[in-house]
Amino acid sequence: MSIAASARSTLARASRAASIRSLGSVAAVRTKYTLPDLSYDYGALEPHISGQIMEVHYTKHHQTYVNGINDAQEKFDAASSPAEKVALTSLIKFHGGGHVNHTLFWENLSPVNKDGGAPPTGALSKTIDDTWGSLDSFKAKMNAALAGIQGSGWGWLVKDNTTGKLSIITQPNQDPVDTSKFTPLIGIDAWEHAYYLQYQNVKADYFKAIWNVINWKAAEKRFS
Amino acid sequence: MGGTYTLPPLPYAYDALEPYISAQIMELHHSKHHATYVANLNKAISSPNAVNTQSLIHFNGGGHINHSIFWKNLAPASSPDVDKSAAPTLMSAINSQFGSFGDFRSRFNAILLGIQGSGWGWLILKDDGNLDIIATRDQDTVPYGTAIFGVDMWEHAYYLQYMNGKAAYTENIWNIINWKYAEARFSGAGENDFTELKAML
Repeated sequence: MSIAASARSTLARASRAASIRSLGSVAAVRTKYTLPDLSYDYGALEPHISGQIMEVHYTKHHQTYVNGINDAQEKFDAASSPAEKVALTSLIKFHGGGHVNHTLFWENLSPVNKDGGAPPTGALSKTIDDTWGSLDSFKAKMNAALAGIQGSGWGWLVKDNTTGKLSIITQPNQDPVDTSKFTPLIGIDAWEHAYYLQYQNVKADYFKAIWNVINWKAAEKRFS
Repeated sequence: MGGTYTLPPLPYAYDALEPYISAQIMELHHSKHHATYVANLNKAISSPNAVNTQSLIHFNGGGHINHSIFWKNLAPASSPDVDKSAAPTLMSAINSQFGSFGDFRSRFNAILLGIQGSGWGWLILKDDGNLDIIATRDQDTVPYGTAIFGVDMWEHAYYLQYMNGKAAYTENIWNIINWKYAEARFSGAGENDFTELKAML
């Protein structure tokens, strides 16, 4: 950049900042949401989830939710009437939910050689046993709930914020877990894009396989 | 297990819709997905006292009805049935109501791409004689009026070929819409399909 161009751009920034200040304190500049870092390689969950699925899921689907929530927020901020704002809430819920859900999902997965699939310990393990009898019977219940989703959605192991009890819930589409009631511990994406390239219509095999790469350490942190 | 409902044969070969829908997609979609809706519908009907029977009939019965219409409202690109001239009265209604076929198609695709999750987009003929474009979620059937044709927006309908590029799928599908069948449904042929099953949903 030439010195003149650099000066122009500095001026433009200063003038933008001034005009934002002049709107008063409510006109805070919204920070854009961004795709979170994946802490493992696309191929690191193989053979349970293919590298191709991980790459498309993270770089395309999750990115689209991030773009969607930023776009919807921008329109929301620019909307002048309550009616226009209300009309945008469905998009905010869908794309915002997609961003929240996928961010939790990447964190609750881990390669087999980095704790993936290693069973929970301590208080979480005990509560699962108390609730379902054993880890295996919990997995069977969760897989049945996932298989019963009629359309796109997610299955979650959640902790009730009031009672501390564990339960399995499913949510349609990208509806996020209601965190005023529950703390999500483990989420499993049951959208077809999460498994179709590898498992096609045999989604039961995907639900069985994913337990090999579930990061129970992350779940324990959320639990406590 | 009582086989009350059966998988209808596909009116063309699995590869007949290529290059717009791959043979692999068509084979899985028909022989696995649609077949599973039929099997689970029959299973639900034969266990009427299960706690979730009504929900299973609604979902799987809807899946059976929607896919049965879908296969027939598609045709190979080489067929004369995909020419819009095969639907003269429907085209005239589309033009007068939506301004032009291009405008209609853009509105239809916008509805398809706005679906948040699994679902279908439909051109319907309402009871007042007007056309409308609507989206239905999951395997819900068209709630009123008559379905003229539908486009499946479940990811299984396009993912193996288009992956996240669903906009390209919604563009390409217009090459294989069976306008002859759409015209027949516009003229009343769709009014009585699945009457008995629809009453159970």
